Amino acid sequence: MKVVYFAWVRERIGLPKEDIATDAKTVAELVEELRAREERYALAFSDLGALRVAVDQELTDFDASLDGVQEVAFFPPMTGG
Amino acid sequence: MRISVQAESFDLGEEVAAFSKEYQDVGAVVTFTGIVRNNDSGTLKEMLIEHYPGMTEKALTEIAERARDRWNLSDALVIHRHGALVPGEMIMMVATSARHRVAAFEAAEYLMDYLKSRAPFWKQEITNDGAEWVAAKDADEDALKRW
Repeated sequence: MKVVYFAWVRERIGLPKEDIATDAKTVAELVEELRAREERYALAFSDLGALRVAVDQELTDFDASLDGVQEVAFFPPMTGG
Repeated sequence: MRISVQAESFDLGEEVAAFSKEYQDVGAVVTFTGIVRNNDSGTLKEMLIEHYPGMTEKALTEIAERARDRWNLSDALVIHRHGALVPGEMIMMVATSARHRVAAFEAAEYLMDYLKSRAPFWKQEITNDGAEWVAAKDADEDALKRW
């Protein structure tokens, strides 16, 4: 699964995207796996209230299923306009 | 409908002129232009705009389609830039056209409200003190509730 990061999430984790082999069933489970990896992930995912998630380029919630999903993106609240 | 996410600048006059002469049953065209505003102390050197290629175009298209259907617009245009911009430069524009002005005004506001917090753009301000990500405002999220 391709996991992509934007803005300060990308900066904290230190890379824009990566391929991750995971058995996580939901976004929340994937977040738990990532948090357990290294301090930089734990830091990036320390406050889920400050994060948004998109699954296959659609905004969704952290309890969203990862069944058949190809791309997950994590980023802070958007500031367009 | 045209959605453009681009690094290049755009010519507001040319865009509005082209947009306004497409239809004969249009009585109103409303446009909004967003400009890079300097900070209160005037020290902003650059505004960096990051986006999520692919999702950005998809999200903007969905927002514009909802506005078109809800206000029965003749057309809608969204141009949003990314990359490094300096104070005074145009970041983005929206234009809406409809038979009457109320629909065009409301649809333009709707587009702006959704574009601010549902299109995947992130702004970073560069000053001599360093780089700082612009935080989303609660007011922007609250603005969606009126729709």
